[in-house]
Amino acid sequence: MAKSPEKPLSSYQIARKRRNLLIQAGITLLALVVLSIYTMPLGYGVMTSLKTKDQASDPQGPVLPSEAVQYEYEGEMYDVVYVPTDAGLQQWALIKPTRRVSQFIDINNPDAGIIEWEGNWRALEPVFETSFKWGNYKEAWETIEFLKLLKNTFIYAFVTMIGTLVASALVAYGFARFKFPFRNTLFIVMISTIILPPAVTLVPTYAFFVQVLDWGGTWLPLIVPQMFGNAYNVFLLRQYFMTIPRELDDAAKIDGAGPMRTFLSVILPQAVPALTAVALFHFFFAWNDFFGPLIYLAGSRDLRPITVGLTEFNGLYRTEPQLILAAATISMILPLTIFFIAQRVFIQGIVITGVDK
Amino acid sequence: MGVSLKWNRAVRAQARPRLQFGLRGLSPAQRREARWGLIFISPWLIGFTLFYLMPMIASLIFSMHDFTLSAPEDARFVGLDNWNRMLFHDSNVWEGLRITFTFGTISLLIGMISAFMLAVLLNSKHLLARNVFRTLFYAPTMVPLIAAIVIWQRVLNPQTGWLNKIIELFGIDAVGVNGLRWLDDPNLVYFAYTFIGLWGIGNAVLINLAGLQGVPTELYEAAEIDGAGWGRRLWKITIPMVSPIIFYNLILNVLGLLQYFIVPWVLNQGNGYPEGTTRFYMVYFYKQAFTFQNMGYGAALAWLLFIVALLITLILFTTGRSWVYYSSEER
Repeated sequence: MAKSPEKPLSSYQIARKRRNLLIQAGITLLALVVLSIYTMPLGYGVMTSLKTKDQASDPQGPVLPSEAVQYEYEGEMYDVVYVPTDAGLQQWALIKPTRRVSQFIDINNPDAGIIEWEGNWRALEPVFETSFKWGNYKEAWETIEFLKLLKNTFIYAFVTMIGTLVASALVAYGFARFKFPFRNTLFIVMISTIILPPAVTLVPTYAFFVQVLDWGGTWLPLIVPQMFGNAYNVFLLRQYFMTIPRELDDAAKIDGAGPMRTFLSVILPQAVPALTAVALFHFFFAWNDFFGPLIYLAGSRDLRPITVGLTEFNGLYRTEPQLILAAATISMILPLTIFFIAQRVFIQGIVITGVDK
Repeated sequence: MGVSLKWNRAVRAQARPRLQFGLRGLSPAQRREARWGLIFISPWLIGFTLFYLMPMIASLIFSMHDFTLSAPEDARFVGLDNWNRMLFHDSNVWEGLRITFTFGTISLLIGMISAFMLAVLLNSKHLLARNVFRTLFYAPTMVPLIAAIVIWQRVLNPQTGWLNKIIELFGIDAVGVNGLRWLDDPNLVYFAYTFIGLWGIGNAVLINLAGLQGVPTELYEAAEIDGAGWGRRLWKITIPMVSPIIFYNLILNVLGLLQYFIVPWVLNQGNGYPEGTTRFYMVYFYKQAFTFQNMGYGAALAWLLFIVALLITLILFTTGRSWVYYSSEER
């Protein structure tokens, strides 16, 4: 590429620069278009959640949350419509619609009195003004009993997060730092539990929890199994622990620290990013967990998490899309906020689990 | 530490040979290390035994019983009756598998290609504000699945949803009763479900992206000098180099799709609407096991799913050898 002599080089460079700029603009534009289509439902959800019930289910309604404009005339409310006149499109209140000739009031000049207009009033477009129904959020919050759902989800997410974090870190430390018989076999067995469909263990576990322990309708069958660590978390933490230099362990050992002490004072402080990632993953998992609560909490309305509550709400309030979408929007605020704040740690965690194998 | 102490420990170790299983022939230090290792992994060992190993065996035993949770005292051994019924006399099973496979294939293809192309786009050195785009493209993956389903359900509405309105902008008749009825038309419903699933490809995109970043740039430079265009470089360098990651995504996707349940459940309580096209295998399993509390038959259905998953994984790993490229591998 560098074979052109000095003089034409500069013009070549200019052309190249221009071409690069064009490609840059093109690709960025493409990304923007794809992104807008990809995230369009989010926009739809938020917009519709702020509409009135009628507007939310009106196929012809405007995109932005709006309301038909009304005008008060002699103590009565009338719809305002666009009327084509000689002076252009006017906003008039429709006072008396009849088939051929209708009566209007010019809302910008009401003193002019009743105006008669010839034509079919049904063909006239109503005037809308944007109006955000923030009250939908309050209504959805109260109808779905969001506080209760939130509390349940939080307790579940938090308790199991602590449990799985402690257990997974211990197990990961064991696999990362100690030699013991069948270590590799056990590690492979652990990893292969990832491909095991949960359905296989579900039926007897369910029968055991519900029939033998009588834990149906409580959170226990959902919490207890998560106190023993899980393959994904252990894997991620082990990978991370293995990057911590062994010299640190050895130094602690010389200072007389036992394995537990080393774990607490050397390994854990070094592994904060990985631990954060695991905590976040688990939090999102728990926030999303649906199947477990669905089968174990069937019938216990007071214990439902957000996922189950929202599903029921969706079934019961089909005719109130704006409330359902408000509830859906509320349920995603927290996960999205946490993600935007902690995205760096989070993304690294995903990449470690995915790429290292 | 003193010799006597060490000796003491050795004696104790011999006195409890069962506890020392597998630790014989190790020096005391190694033995101590092994013991600590086992102590640390014990939570998983206990969890694995209680919640994987025993339930799996129990599940197999269940599958040979006629056992309803509402009447546990009537449970009785029926041998392979459940298996026989499942494999040869229950058309719901095969219908469920067929539906799961049909939808799975569509969803897998669209999902994986989208995730890969999106990663290529987000990896492009020409893209401005790359990190902003990466974050924004990942954001929908963070939307809780149920919220996503609920939103998509309305976006896909033929009259009021925005998807049809956008399609209409391109001059295609989409809005209205005769338009694209995504969730009601048996020919479209799998695509509609796939769209909902596209909001979950964030992880796959990120992993693909990490893979793309790991491809040595010298390869591209060499290819460019040889005059290879963008498409050729993608096909001949990028895809082979990230094939392990594509493979990883493929396995995870296949396993996830085999257990596809939540979307049809939230959208129509698993009633198969429209025209039975959404009677997925897991939906049938759920009904048998938890609605009818048929623990025996449910366990058999779960085992069949496991066997199918295992077979597919095995097939993928076997065929994977011929197309997955591991650069560190010596051949």
